[in-house]
Amino acid sequence: MEKQMFTDRFASVFGTESFFKKQKRIALKNCGLIDPENINDYIYADGYKALGTVLTKMTPKDVVETVKASGLRGRGGAGFPTGRKWELTAQQESDEKFVVCNADEGDPGAFMDRSVVEGDPHTVIEGMAIGGYAIGSSKGVVYIRAEYPLAIKRLIKAIDDARKENFLGKNILGSNFSFDIEIRYGAGAFVCGEETALIRSIEGLRGMPKSRPPFPAAKGLFGKPTLVNNVETWANISSIIVNGVDWFSSIGIDKSKGTKVFALAGKIVNTGLAEVPMGMTLREIIYDVGGGIPNGKKFKAVQTGGPSGGCLTDKMLDTKIDYESLMQAGSIMGSGGMIVIDEDSCMVNIAKFFLQFTQDESCGKCIPCREGTKRMLEILTRITDGEGKPGDIEKLEELGNVIKKASLCGLGQSAPNPVLSTIKNFREEYEEHVYQKKCRAVVCEKLITYTINDKCIGCSACRRACPVVAIKGAPKEAHSIQQELCIKCGKCFRSCKFHAIDKTSEAKEQK
Amino acid sequence: MSTVKIFINNKEYNVDSTYTIMKACDEIGIKIPRLCYHPKLSISSGCRICIVEVEGMRNFVASCSYPVSEGMKVHTNTDAIRQARKDILELILDNHPKDCNTCVRDEVCELQQLASSIGLRERKFEGVLRTPFVDASSPSIVNNHDKCILCGRCVRVCAQIQNVSAIDYANRGFNTVVVPAYNNPIAESVCTLCGQCVNICPTAALTEQNYTKDVFSLLNDKTKVKVAQIAPSVRVAIGEAFGIKPGNNMAREIVHALKLLGFDYVFDAQFSADLTIMEEASELLERLNGHGKLPMITSCSSGWMKALEQFYPELIENVSTCKSPMSMLSSVVKSYFADKIGKKPTEIANVAIMCCVAKKYEAKRPELAMEDGNPATDYVLTTRELAWMIKSAGIDFKNLKGMDFDAPLGFSTGAATIFGVSGGVMEAAVRTAYELATKSKMENIDVIAVRGNEGIKEGAININGTEIRVAVANGLGNASKLFEELKKDPNKYHFIEVMACPGGCIGGGGQPYAGIQDLPFDPKLVNERAKALYSSDEKNTIRRSHENPSIIQLYKEFFGKPLSEKSHKYLHTHYKQKFPKGILRKSGKEAK
Repeated sequence: MEKQMFTDRFASVFGTESFFKKQKRIALKNCGLIDPENINDYIYADGYKALGTVLTKMTPKDVVETVKASGLRGRGGAGFPTGRKWELTAQQESDEKFVVCNADEGDPGAFMDRSVVEGDPHTVIEGMAIGGYAIGSSKGVVYIRAEYPLAIKRLIKAIDDARKENFLGKNILGSNFSFDIEIRYGAGAFVCGEETALIRSIEGLRGMPKSRPPFPAAKGLFGKPTLVNNVETWANISSIIVNGVDWFSSIGIDKSKGTKVFALAGKIVNTGLAEVPMGMTLREIIYDVGGGIPNGKKFKAVQTGGPSGGCLTDKMLDTKIDYESLMQAGSIMGSGGMIVIDEDSCMVNIAKFFLQFTQDESCGKCIPCREGTKRMLEILTRITDGEGKPGDIEKLEELGNVIKKASLCGLGQSAPNPVLSTIKNFREEYEEHVYQKKCRAVVCEKLITYTINDKCIGCSACRRACPVVAIKGAPKEAHSIQQELCIKCGKCFRSCKFHAIDKTSEAKEQK
Repeated sequence: MSTVKIFINNKEYNVDSTYTIMKACDEIGIKIPRLCYHPKLSISSGCRICIVEVEGMRNFVASCSYPVSEGMKVHTNTDAIRQARKDILELILDNHPKDCNTCVRDEVCELQQLASSIGLRERKFEGVLRTPFVDASSPSIVNNHDKCILCGRCVRVCAQIQNVSAIDYANRGFNTVVVPAYNNPIAESVCTLCGQCVNICPTAALTEQNYTKDVFSLLNDKTKVKVAQIAPSVRVAIGEAFGIKPGNNMAREIVHALKLLGFDYVFDAQFSADLTIMEEASELLERLNGHGKLPMITSCSSGWMKALEQFYPELIENVSTCKSPMSMLSSVVKSYFADKIGKKPTEIANVAIMCCVAKKYEAKRPELAMEDGNPATDYVLTTRELAWMIKSAGIDFKNLKGMDFDAPLGFSTGAATIFGVSGGVMEAAVRTAYELATKSKMENIDVIAVRGNEGIKEGAININGTEIRVAVANGLGNASKLFEELKKDPNKYHFIEVMACPGGCIGGGGQPYAGIQDLPFDPKLVNERAKALYSSDEKNTIRRSHENPSIIQLYKEFFGKPLSEKSHKYLHTHYKQKFPKGILRKSGKEAK
């Protein structure tokens, strides 16, 4: 009876809203539908059924084979086949193994892992327990960022409840399998989302990546074989077990099976999380699921994969969302960030923004990333400040390529992506900045000129607002801006109620 | 050993399957450029200089950590790799001061040599530099942050070889620095000042506190009697700084050079090593007779003494009260010798040439000051500093005729020579203790069990029917392992020698930088230095400290006998627990 109610809730939500129509929810299946703090809600929604099935009807090897056959790939970014990872860890001979859940979600604007842990913590616990059974581990660790207090609170409660119901602990559900989970908090370093840095951080060391091999599957946490998957990956496991491999692999395309949660952000009507089947095109997700660009503006680019993803243009809107296609187009799946950029945005500025983030978050260990991103940022800053020099774009490309190919970990290897992809797809904008000192989107402050047009009624609001007394004009007469004094702060523009101030960025004569 | 077939630069090789690409290339004679890699330390793969191309890999791989596999095709010198290495090196140099000409490591800088071999000829990416900051708080070690390239070798040597972990990375990304905990100054940290970080640093980011300017001024001071002393290990290493093959005993040349520099007397710290043995062997016998705690632990190594006071306060009573040979000699010069030449102690300046940077700190310890409150040792120079002074004064070191040490504090036995090697103090002490206790000649005085490269060595000597069990540890990391053992069985040993530096003093933090071909604390280098000391011992006709005629004379004229009241005054000291920042007092409160 209550189960029926659940199904109805699914239907009522997913069936009618346009935002949900094209979505297919696996990882987020329970989010917003069940009370995350009530284990019974989860159980009614077929929760822990997979764990029961696994413990009673499957050998560890069966579980690994099932995950392998499903075609599930890591949802944390790189897309490594999950089943293969499980198999590698299961094959290791060791007195102790660990299962780790990477909940150190650091991409700005991405919150799919947080939503899963906040909305459906038990699915993560269940996935990890199944993983533990499959690889022969009795110890799980969730590494979650301390900035997610609600997620942590709910996870702690969920773990407690699961222990009480013997879904965790000794001899789970009467079997010989014991498994328990501990929580470790991240202290806000983006790089700790990288698995080797995460492992070091759990060990109590400075979160810095190590070179691989050895991979964590062979030598991970405290030198023991360790299975690291991210939240979204774990959240897929129980559904695969309950609904079967065929069901899962029927969703998605070729090499990318199942669904992916995206965090839609930027200049898009429906911002928020959307879980869509792999293989949907960017156009579908932006225009059908996301509702297109607001205010009738023109689409300019979409940046996928978080701060280290690439920017794709309107020509690539029919790219399918799967690991390979995105890679081929010059971006990445990443953890599923999707930022839509409209014509009002300056691509150079956008690239600078993302690079600023990765530069800040570089751990400092390897030289290309630590020093290289800093130099790239300096060059980009120079370009957006109108001080770009001939050759700067080529330097960015050279540095970007070295950082990409020579860095130690994924952070460095992908940090130049936003710059390289915008240079590739929007080179003319870079050239305008460097050679004409022009920002076509009128965003880069130093390249903007403010002028007063004939709509000015002489109200003097702008004159009063100007902090450097650059505006002249008697009351009730047209005002004018003395360009040599103007510091381009934009206060006059914002103070004018008559659209009498023009904000432009025109090509300037080369000196 | 199973092998795999790999292709390096299109040529086929069979190499050990456990090798990394770098090791395989080393074996076939291709030395891939490297910076953060060191065979004795864990692999960091941080510098990315050693990248190579492997066919089928999307990115370059770090050859220091990447294992070989069957059929692997490696390219070490493609255009792309050469360009990438140049770019990476430029990124390092762009954040490094451009003051090579005025830098103390000019000509002996690993980074400089790397830049030259990689062939960086233009600079493209210049930008802001890291915030310059110098930590010169400690009398031993200076940290020039602006010259640090964050290779992390110092961090690893401190943690992995010395088990001290005084320094680590702090901050993130471009703002990363290597500092003691909580960014405290080195002087207030748990740093034992052993100087291994200085030896292994590829640039001048970590250097010794330089006193050459003061010593040059001193040499021009007509009011002072200038007395120099040199440690055993200095003489077998200084030649390396002049391009002489490692393993030459250059004692006579050093004496000559010091005289040319303007020193009035040049004495030998080996003399006081003999003196140390007299006191220490007597002390050991006292303790064996039930007066004092066992095992007795040696106290010659300044770095070890600092470690003792911080990390092992429970062992303070076990440590010999003997001062180090340097401080003994300085005290004797300012008392016995001062009387002899009719000078006041304040009219004499002691300059000690040591293989050590921690000795600079030791010289400033208040417990070791003379009665008038002035330090016994006025300046301590490292082997490196002396080598530079010799060059700077235009002395043709290689072609010097050589001179003898001055009497009466310049004569030493073979037992004193081997103080420079790990196990040497033990061996010398055993020679004397045996004969003092048994009143008979020790037949075979080569105590082989305590010689050699191992981190921890054990042996046993029969003295009057009692088996005296001894242990020797070199490097603080090995010492900590030994003390862990000792905790389990406190009666395991009677006598323990501890030297803070790997290999003993010959591997000290003040020794010449390794040449272009050698690595810092290359075992080969240390072995050569050790061999030179052992052969000097063997060649010496007197090989037992108590047979040193100058020592006998000194006791006759001044001290009376070992452990006398006077020798306690001038030759012994005491230690007490210290609480640098990071060490908790018993109450749980951290030291201020």
